[in-house]
Amino acid sequence: MNIPTNLKYTNTDEWVLVDGNTATIGVTDHAQEQLSDVVFVEITVNVGDKLAKKTTIATVESVKAAADVNLPVSGKVIAINEDLPQTPELVNTDPYGKAWMIKVELDNPAELDALMDAAGYEKHTKE
Amino acid sequence: MFTPHTDSEREEMLRVIGVRKLDDLFADVPIKLRFPNLELPPAFTEIEARMQMEELAGANETAHDLACFLGAGAYYHYTPAAVDAIIRRGEFLTAYTPYQPEVSQGTLQAVFEFQSLIANLTGMDVSNASHYDGATATAEAAVMAYHHFRGKRTRFILSPSLNPQYREVVKTYMGGYENINLAGENLDPLCQPDDLASLLDDNTALLIVQYPDFFGRIFDFTALIEKAHQFGALVAVAVNPMSLGVLKTPGAMGADIAVGEGQSLGLPLSFGGPYLGFFATKKEYVRKIAGRLVGETADAEGRRGYVLTLTAREQHIRREKATSNICTNQGLMALATTVYMSLLGKHGLKQLANLCYQKAHYAAEQISKLDGYSVVSQRPFFHEFVVKCPKPVDEINWHLLDHDILGGYDLGQDYPSLAGHMLIAVTEMVSKDEIDALCEALEEVNNG
Amino acid sequence: MAEPTIYEISSQDRIGFRFPACDVPETALPEGLIRDELPMPEVSELDVIRHFTNLSRLNYSIDSGYYPLGSCTMKYNPKINEEVARLPGFAFSHPLQPVETVQGNLAMMYELQLWLAEICGMAGVTLQPAAGAQGEYTGVLIIRAYHHSRGDLKRTKMLIPDSAHGTNPATSAMSGFEVVGITTDANGNVDLDALKAVLDDTVAGLMLTNPNTLGLFDQNVEEVIRLVHEAGGLVYGDGANLNALLGIVRPGDLGFDIMHFNLHKTFSTPHGGGGPGSGPVGVAKHLVEFLPFPLVGIIEEGDEETPPLYGFVRPEKTIGRMKSFHGQFGMMVRAYNYISMHGPDGLRDIAESAVLNANYLLARLRNTYNVPFDRICMHEFVMEGHLDDAPDVHALDIAKRLMDYDFHPPTNYFPLIVHEALMIEPTETENKQTLDRFADVLIKIAEEARTNPDLLHTAPHHTPVGRLDEVRAAKELVLCCWLPDKI
Repeated sequence: MNIPTNLKYTNTDEWVLVDGNTATIGVTDHAQEQLSDVVFVEITVNVGDKLAKKTTIATVESVKAAADVNLPVSGKVIAINEDLPQTPELVNTDPYGKAWMIKVELDNPAELDALMDAAGYEKHTKE
Repeated sequence: MFTPHTDSEREEMLRVIGVRKLDDLFADVPIKLRFPNLELPPAFTEIEARMQMEELAGANETAHDLACFLGAGAYYHYTPAAVDAIIRRGEFLTAYTPYQPEVSQGTLQAVFEFQSLIANLTGMDVSNASHYDGATATAEAAVMAYHHFRGKRTRFILSPSLNPQYREVVKTYMGGYENINLAGENLDPLCQPDDLASLLDDNTALLIVQYPDFFGRIFDFTALIEKAHQFGALVAVAVNPMSLGVLKTPGAMGADIAVGEGQSLGLPLSFGGPYLGFFATKKEYVRKIAGRLVGETADAEGRRGYVLTLTAREQHIRREKATSNICTNQGLMALATTVYMSLLGKHGLKQLANLCYQKAHYAAEQISKLDGYSVVSQRPFFHEFVVKCPKPVDEINWHLLDHDILGGYDLGQDYPSLAGHMLIAVTEMVSKDEIDALCEALEEVNNG
Repeated sequence: MAEPTIYEISSQDRIGFRFPACDVPETALPEGLIRDELPMPEVSELDVIRHFTNLSRLNYSIDSGYYPLGSCTMKYNPKINEEVARLPGFAFSHPLQPVETVQGNLAMMYELQLWLAEICGMAGVTLQPAAGAQGEYTGVLIIRAYHHSRGDLKRTKMLIPDSAHGTNPATSAMSGFEVVGITTDANGNVDLDALKAVLDDTVAGLMLTNPNTLGLFDQNVEEVIRLVHEAGGLVYGDGANLNALLGIVRPGDLGFDIMHFNLHKTFSTPHGGGGPGSGPVGVAKHLVEFLPFPLVGIIEEGDEETPPLYGFVRPEKTIGRMKSFHGQFGMMVRAYNYISMHGPDGLRDIAESAVLNANYLLARLRNTYNVPFDRICMHEFVMEGHLDDAPDVHALDIAKRLMDYDFHPPTNYFPLIVHEALMIEPTETENKQTLDRFADVLIKIAEEARTNPDLLHTAPHHTPVGRLDEVRAAKELVLCCWLPDKI
């Protein structure tokens, strides 16, 4: 299972890539393994939305399950991955790369401290 | 009674289980409440049960014995023998929901065909596997619109000429959401589509109209639907599917959702149920549809097959996040209408709709010639029309019953401004002679 | 051979059914309101009969085999029910006829209301809800209405055990409630500590299935109900598992305030490949005034000579209408007939036989498959479809392999709280020989799982189609058999 060390993680299987004041969000390799073949992704927010932590920003559906993707940190949406809904299988094949979902401008960078690092997340997936 | 066990089999089974007597299996049930005396009549055998049911059924007078002019959401149509022959087959009747597709291809393909026929009949892209009835299908359209806008639009415009029962059920279903505004009730029941247009605004999630409407009138909603779309609202058309044998479709008018009651596709009246709700929509909304969907696919050998699909939307997976709790729907009734629509086909559906239209127009014409009666529905209408009567409707209906005629619906029950108005429906089951007899009897009441 | 679709067997201009000629002078249809094309099949009557007959033969059904589906109660659907439901007096009655002309229907419905109330110990029953899920919705709306009527608006939570059927939380969410889950303890009962921890004055009620979806009668059910009542909440009973309780105990006596029935489970009305069902709801005295409208009642009392006049009444604080007309009348006729053919002794025999059958199967299988709760079960039980010495074989594989032996699989992956769950409910109408054959096959499959797991992974082999590509179905979304470019 792939858990890149340069990312931060939530206990609901989202990953965060921090670059300056921008955070990119997606779902982890562990998440896509649990879901199995992803058939549908819907991003339910728009560019410009100002959102609080924990807001649902996307829904991911496979044949046997459906999961909400929640915002790990508050911020303003500055980009959404328009290509992802066309090719939902990217969540399975490239969860940390082409299957990024949204980018936000951070409201409160201190919230990042509450997230897990790679080692912490790995431990969490084993529980 | 249908349990098969013999005494010796029971004994053997208890021995294998390891208990002495049957009562021991209920040790967890609080002893004071165990084995209550149920005050029910003692068991009948099949012969006695049948006689009892024949007595109960015999105590009714029905559309079978009377000339039926009563509609208002349920219609007396003929059910071809082939339909019942198919739905009585044990393989369809006693089959479970097709969760194991390998052994349920009969049900699954039949539902796939149902979806196709409904989509084509209504002019829409997709249909689901059914809802309970037209009223709940309409309510589900409102729920779908609510979730489509994520609760940001809270106004729902319901035409006053929508079936009153549908309106009541929409109210019930929208009661669980906050700040819902249901508009349209205060308009004149016989108003025009333009009057509805004036209620549209940026907060409107859904406009619901009926076609033909509750009073039998037919309008082309194309312009109204365009106006609604300009406001960003969705439009649901509650349609009588039988009328689509000839009429322009909701799809052709630009409707987002077509719902309705499938009873008029050859299902027996059966005192109100089981009936059949259908729900059809545009391809872009397919993931928002509640209820089951059957999709085509193949197995490893390349054999075509069908499965329940997009099941992740449904209650058994989404649980509290599901937009609807629907589980069991009206599977067998959907099969019945599939057989019906297949049997009648292109030619028969057109012939049926035309017969209903013609007979209703003949009846309206004859009634409008009678003193004291006037037909008030705006033309064009399909197979129902409104008659203003010289006496209270129930008084007229009692008189009609004496002549073995089941009279029309008393609109005063739902619309105070339409007291003394009767809604008359005419189907292929009514002959010209019976229409003439109705006119004679109506004349008699007025004179008598 | 696969059966083509109805469109694929159509032939232009073929006629299937003819109506009589129009006997009235014809007028023109309204201009501008006529459809261009009518893309419907064109087949003969024989085409139709053959097509649907061939389709039917691809189906498994109770008439052809055993369905051990937990919580579905797939018992025999008596043929006499089909006959009586079709009696013309029932089949041709219009729902809006004057009540005086349909006293047979109304008397039957009134009596069915009384019978269901008697069977479950409730004070009032509505026959209107169309299915179990709609019955639940009715019940939850009544709970909300009850609290609101007492000015109590802060009860926004519904407690639901983690073993519950998905319709329970879905229904609660639809009604505007927040769902709070309650765990199940090691004995398969509602965890009393977990329950006490969340009970307060923001709880509207608890939705409880008893016996639960593990097939176990909650050993603390009276205490659970007492605790909820003490906190001011109501207790809703999901009646899906009523088959175990007929004549054994009445939910009303245990303290349930409200419950639904599934006529298509407990009362033998046929599943029809996915409905119609019927979900009447029973309520205790304090909730009768909230029942949906219309309710069948006596509108004129009778005397020694004349029967009462039955009609429709409007409960004072009714939650409103759940669906059009009066409910799934045709299913009520079948259920009424079924109850009249059983009487009190027959009903108890159903529960006793159902529980006997389930425990017999449990006894025969518990040494082969792991059963997490080692107790006497009720009418169903759950076992793990996973064997320690066959780690690659899952419940799904066992289920699919069962089909090769002409058995429908049990319920899979539900309840969620048992790993690789297989939920088995034989029902009372299966005989000992069928149960023995089923147990023997399951034991054989366990052996196959160890020695030849591939046989299970590629199963089923003897069915009309093999495992179907569900991913492809969800991605390509072909939902209609008309023009391929439609979807």
